[in-house]
This record gives sequence, C-alpha cells and structure tokens, in this order.
Amino acid sequence: MAEATIDNTAVADGDEGGVRRRDFIEIAAVSFGGVGALATLYPLISQMAPSKDVLAESSTEVDISAIQPGQAVKAVFRKQPLFVRRLTEKEIAAANAVDVGSLRDPKTLAEMTKEGHEDMLITMGVCTHLGCVPLGAGEGEVKGEFGGYFCPCHGSHYDTAARIRKGPAPTNLEVPEYEYTSDTTVKVG
Amino acid sequence: MSFPWANHYQPTNPLMKWMDEKLPLPRFVYNAIGAGYPVPRNLNYWWNFGVLAGFCLMIQIVTGIILAMHYAPNALVAFDSTEHIMRDVNWGWMMRYAHANGASAFFVVVYTHIFRGFLFSSYKAPREMIWLLGVVIFLLMMATAFMGYVLPWGQMSFWGAKVITGLFGAIPLVGEPLQVWLLGGFAPDNAALNRFFSLHFLLPFVILGVVILHIWALHIPGSSNPTGVEVKQESDTVPFHPYYTAKDGFGLAAFLVIYTAFVFFMPNALGHPDNYIPANPLSTPAHIVPEWYFWPFYAILRAFTFDFFFVPAKLLGVLAMFAAILVWFFLPWLDTSPVRSARYRPLLRKFIWFGFVPCMAALFYLGGAPAEEPYVMFSQLAAAYYFAHFLIILPIVSMIEKTKPLPNSITDAVLAKNGEAAAE
Amino acid sequence: MVRLIGILVGIFFSGWLLVSLAVGFFTWASEPKVETAEHVFHEHPKALHLASDGPFGHFDLQQVQRGYKVYKEVCSACHSLRHVAFRDLEQLGYTEAQVKAEAATWMVPGIDPVTGEDTMRAALPTDYFPKPYPNDVAARAANNNAIPPDLSLMAKARHNGDAYVYSLLTGYQEQPAELLEEFPEAKTPDGLHYNPYFPNLNLAMAQPLMDGQVDFDDGSPNDLDSMSQDLAAFLVWTAEPTLAKRHATGWPVVLFLLIATVLAYLAYRNVWRNEKH
Repeated sequence: MAEATIDNTAVADGDEGGVRRRDFIEIAAVSFGGVGALATLYPLISQMAPSKDVLAESSTEVDISAIQPGQAVKAVFRKQPLFVRRLTEKEIAAANAVDVGSLRDPKTLAEMTKEGHEDMLITMGVCTHLGCVPLGAGEGEVKGEFGGYFCPCHGSHYDTAARIRKGPAPTNLEVPEYEYTSDTTVKVG
Repeated sequence: MSFPWANHYQPTNPLMKWMDEKLPLPRFVYNAIGAGYPVPRNLNYWWNFGVLAGFCLMIQIVTGIILAMHYAPNALVAFDSTEHIMRDVNWGWMMRYAHANGASAFFVVVYTHIFRGFLFSSYKAPREMIWLLGVVIFLLMMATAFMGYVLPWGQMSFWGAKVITGLFGAIPLVGEPLQVWLLGGFAPDNAALNRFFSLHFLLPFVILGVVILHIWALHIPGSSNPTGVEVKQESDTVPFHPYYTAKDGFGLAAFLVIYTAFVFFMPNALGHPDNYIPANPLSTPAHIVPEWYFWPFYAILRAFTFDFFFVPAKLLGVLAMFAAILVWFFLPWLDTSPVRSARYRPLLRKFIWFGFVPCMAALFYLGGAPAEEPYVMFSQLAAAYYFAHFLIILPIVSMIEKTKPLPNSITDAVLAKNGEAAAE
Repeated sequence: MVRLIGILVGIFFSGWLLVSLAVGFFTWASEPKVETAEHVFHEHPKALHLASDGPFGHFDLQQVQRGYKVYKEVCSACHSLRHVAFRDLEQLGYTEAQVKAEAATWMVPGIDPVTGEDTMRAALPTDYFPKPYPNDVAARAANNNAIPPDLSLMAKARHNGDAYVYSLLTGYQEQPAELLEEFPEAKTPDGLHYNPYFPNLNLAMAQPLMDGQVDFDDGSPNDLDSMSQDLAAFLVWTAEPTLAKRHATGWPVVLFLLIATVLAYLAYRNVWRNEKH
C-alpha cells in the first residue's frame, strides 16, 4: 500500500526524473529482450554453414605422374569434379595462337596454369554458367568446337586452355588454388 | 466473448489501417494477447506457466527443425549422425542439448500448469473445454516425447521403444499383431525408427494446432483467477498488455536462466548414460527406465503385480497407466463443488497438499527406482492414493465440504489483501 | 452417473493395489532376504578431480595429450575410438603438420588404387581412428568372448564415467577372502578378472595398464595412478570435445539472462506501480 501511495504521488507531481528513470527501465528490459533474440539467431543461422567434417575435406591431393599428354583425369575437390589434363603440343599451340584481347574472359594459357607446368591444365569441372559438368575430360567425350570442354546443358564451348569461347557461360572454368608439392603431386585447396 | 469494457483496436498508422481492412491480423493479436484482452488483475505466479509452455513448444519446434536438418533417421547411421551433430555441426551440441533439456523443461512447465488446474479447479465450468483440450495436448506431448527419445538410437532409445510398444502386446487378442504393426517388424528396427521420426516431426504441429484451440477456448470465458470468482466489473481486470506481458516477460527471463544453466552446465543430468551406448538388440541395460517425466505413470504401470482373476497383471498395469491420465478428462464432472479455488475449500486443500503432492513426489521417485522391494510396495501405496484422490476423495469431498465464504468480487479480494476496506 | 462409475473404478484400482500391497508385504516380510556378491562388494568410483570438472571446467591439454599417448600405446590394441577423427587432435594443441604426421603413424583400411583390392594405407587427418578388429565376431573371438567396447563416449556412457574409468584401471586386485567366505560360488571364473568397480565384479579385460608402461617425453609421472587419470581426462575429451566451448558460451549467456531477469522484474513492478493486485 505504501509503495502504491508513493508512486501515485510521484506521478501526480510530474516528477520528471522519476518518470525518465522508469521509462529507462522499460526500454532497457525490452532492449535486452531484443539483443537476446538477435544473439540467438547467430547459432540458428551458422548451424547451416559447412560442418567441421565437411571443412576438413577441403583439400585434395592428386598424383599426376600417370597422366599422358592428351589425357585427363577427374578428381574430386570439395565434392565437385576437378579436371586435371595434360595438354599435347598441338593443344598448347592452339591455345597460344588465340588473340587474348578478343576473349570474353581474357586469360593466357600461362595464366591458367603454373610456371614450369604449362602443360598441366587444372580446373574445376563445373561450368560457370549454371554448374553442370562439361564433357571432354573422359576418354572419347565430345570436346566442343574448340577442342577443350563442352557443356551439354546449354552449349558452352571451352578451348584447350579452358577459356569460354562460345555459349552462355560468363567466365572461363575456375582454376582452384593449388600448388605442386612435388613434381608429380598437386595439392588442391 | 469479450467484456464490454475491453479496449478496442484503433489503428492510427495508415499502413495498419489498410492491413486491418484487408486482413485483421493485428486486431486478432491485439484482442488475443494485447491490450484488448481484459484479464483478472489478481493472477499470481502460477498463471505464468501457460505462456511458458507455449514458449517451450516454440523452443522445441525451432531446435527440432534444425536437428532434423542434420539427423539421419536410419538405424545404421542414426547414432553416428547424432554424434555428428554433437561434434561437427556448428553449434550442433547446443541445438541438441537445448532440444533434449527443452523436452524436460516443457514437462516441468506443463506439470506445473496442470497442477495449477488442480489447485484452483480451473477445469470447472465454464472452462471444461479448455481443460479437455489441455489433456489432449498432454497426451500428444507424451507420444511426441517418447518417439523423440527413440531417435538417437542408443540403448535406452531401443529398449524404450521395445518396452513401450510391448505394452500394446498386453491387449487381449489384437495385442501382438498390433505391436508388430506398430514397429513394422518383430523388434524395433529401421521401419520403426523411420516412422517414429516422421511422427515426431508431425505431432508438434498437431500440438500447436490444439494449443491454438486451447487458447481460443480460453478467450471465451476469459482467464480464471486465484479466488475462483468470475469477473464482474471493469475494476476486476487489467488489459493483458502491458500488465501481463510485463509479468510474463519476467517469468520468461527467470525460466531461461534455469533452462540455460541446464543446457550449458549439466546437459546430461536429466538423461541416462546408457543412451550414449549404440542400440544393441542382443543386450538389455541393467536398469531400464523411461525419461523422468514418465516416471509417475511408469510407477503405476509396475505397481500391478497380481492378476485379477482372468485379467493378467500386465494388462491391468497398462489399463491403470492410461486410466491415470484419462481420469483427468472427467474431473469437471467428478468435482461438483460450487466453489473453485482450493483457497476456499479447506478440506480439498489439505488433501491436495498433504495427500496428492506427497503421492506424486513418491511416484516420481519410485518410477525411476529399480523394480524391487521395498520400492514396489511404496508405488502400490502411492498409486492407490492417486486413484482414490481423483475418483473417490474428490467427488465425496466436493459434496460434503463446508467451504469458506467467497469474496464478492476480485476487486474486493484485492483490496482486502492490500489492507483496505472494500471501496463500495 | 460419472461420479458413480468413477467411484467404482477408483475402488477397483485402489482396492486391488492395496490387496497387492498386502500380499507383497507378506511375501517380502516372510521370505529370507538373499544377498548377492555384487550387491555387497561392488564399490562406487573413487573420487577423481579433472580440470574439465565443474561449470568453469576446461581441458588440461598437456594431460589430455598424455592420455592420448596411453590410448595409442595401450588401449588402441583392443578398443576403437570411432567417433574421433585425427583432425580432431588439432584441438589438443597440435599443429596441422603434427596432426598429419601423427595420422600417418596409423594404418587404416583402404583400397589399392590400381587393382581395387583391400589394403592398408597410412591415415589422413580426415580419417577416423581405425577399428582394431574388422567386425564384432573377430573382436569376440580374440577377447575371450567379450567385445571390447568403443571408448569415444565411455566418459558419458557410464555414471560418473571419468571416475569409473580411473577406478576401473586402478582397481584390479585379488578377490577378497571375505567375499569367498560369504559367497563361495561367486569365485572369479577362469579367464575373468576381479575388479570391485565393475558392476558384476568380474570382467574379461585383464589389467591393461601397469606402472611405467608408457614413457612421456616431458618426463611426466608414469605410475599407474597418474596414467589412469590422464587416460580418463583424454576420454572426457573424446566424449565431448565441445565441453570447454560449452562452458565458455554458457557463462555470458547465463549472466546476460540474470541481468535481463532483474531488468524484467523492475519493468514488471514499474508497469504495475499504479495497479493493486
């Protein structure tokens, strides 16, 4: 009872200090609720990001010693195909003969490969248009009009340096980060 | 129904006005849990638990949907996928512990909410429908919790599934085929696990639907209150918002402190270690018990040790266990007293606090104890009281009891409590 | 009508329970009580204090590393650790290169890349700890008909699991003379080993760890008691690698909520200041 009386008096007197303090408490309580709710969203959202076991598989080693010129292998990198292709002299010449300036995504063969290993073309096997796997890495598959890769989904043609030459794909096949850990081993990722 | 003095929704913002014409959702919320719902001003902390139960349901649905994104309902990998959630998924350990302890929190809150109903006879007219829907929610919760506990596919999951479906085997004639049908096999395996997962995902949304009906039914007579006297005048009520939103906000924050303390500091305290052993159909754990929230009913199940003529003890136990909950459906008609609140029913109040409460405490303890003497004898005593309380004591006491005088109105009761004479 | 049926049902259930109670009591009181050796001689785990205990608990990484060495050199001969991957060892303070080198010291099943035949290869960090036996039948055959359980979750799969592991490892002893006197038929059978911390007192595993069996590079004590504690600490980590993060997350959350509770209470009193209730 006493408390109620005091409070009523304070309001009646228009005690601004008291009113402001009270408003502050309500605003603070509601803000705490808001901050708490926002903070709770963080784990709820981040649980959908790749889990630890998925991240742990984010690098792949490929042995390239057995790949002959003109041959390609499909490896798996982050659950996606990786094309590892040893180019023939003819394919290298064809790739270097192109006027780079005329390309949709201008890159030279040297820029698509590593120094000292210009014959090893290592790219993702994922078409940059909508993510299908292009043909051309397997034995006997269609290589498209430019002798590199051909994506049958929407007709993108890549040349022997995996550069986009014709069709809807906006960019060249992606070159993942990789390094030669020895002359015959490549570590991707 | 709404009281004539209830605030009316008057949107001032043009957008809200437009919304109100096209789809009056804000108006609906305003009248359901906003300033448009007049609530008795004398509700005490017992009345916090309804909102808390709704919040628990939300916790369970949100964390459950997240767990389902990572869990694999297949007997070969279910256990491993649970460990995958615990170890590799970002915050997966938190999601799983929040869900497992969330189930316990939900039952703590709901048991308290139900006990509030016993203590203040909230089941009595005109609120029978609210009560009946509440019992339906409780039954659905039990089914959901049971099937959820099977999903990690640990030893307790497997043997829980086997023992509980075995209860149906006690039913004469159709029992055994029924059990085989429920499991989709002769023992719990992939078929059972997969359907339990499917139903465990479905039932919470069924619960949500019945909860909406429960709240709808509540808004017809309005909330009950500790005096049990119906609202008569405007001074008996305050608007739900801001008065009870503020009080529920405090209750919610206090609840969350206890709940998160369990999640972060003793997440396995309410679980059983054997469920960290993968399911093994060839070896039963030494001491199998259900989760703690089933213990009272498990104690009643095991209390029946003797056949009653041609009715085997096992069937009696199963019948009694279901009857223990089904009896709640009949409370509105078993209790004939004109007075609601146990505050004004001294004899019932004594039976509740000195009979029913110790009886439930004993059943909770005994359901988790090993099935050996002297525990069985105590559960027989406690279970006998349980049935006597609802089926014999309550009807008789409600007929013969001399009740205390009721206050004229909620306002009078509040003023008397605050030490002032009635205003009129 | 409802009340009449209710009362009859109530009398039936309560009455039959009381009858059962009376009969049960009579049987219980009249029959002699039979004690069993397990009931009398089983002991609760010894007290064990680890850095991971309590709400502030975190891992003593040096100790967990020692425990890993004990697992590797002793336990791994028979016990798998199937939920743990080599990459997880980075959490124990090893660098990526060290984990790779450590993984390479373990052999895991693989296939020959040319012929496709089953073979063994050096493990990679992404591999899980290998199983010592190809299947349960082999495990049973090699271990006197008892399958050595997986250890990854052992610390959570027993009551007070860390203390249980520690007590079990240090608890091997001769069967007490009083036990044989009281329960002559409970003599430890051939091929089993007496240990009062094991639920039924006799287990198939012989004492696995002896004083000085494992040497630590930093010269940490390698008596049986210290090594058993180290192993228990390691198994607490394998059972729940996220324990330290859980505690570290929990404190800010609980403190935040405590402040929120106080504020919510003040806000509640503030809202109600003019209303009696």
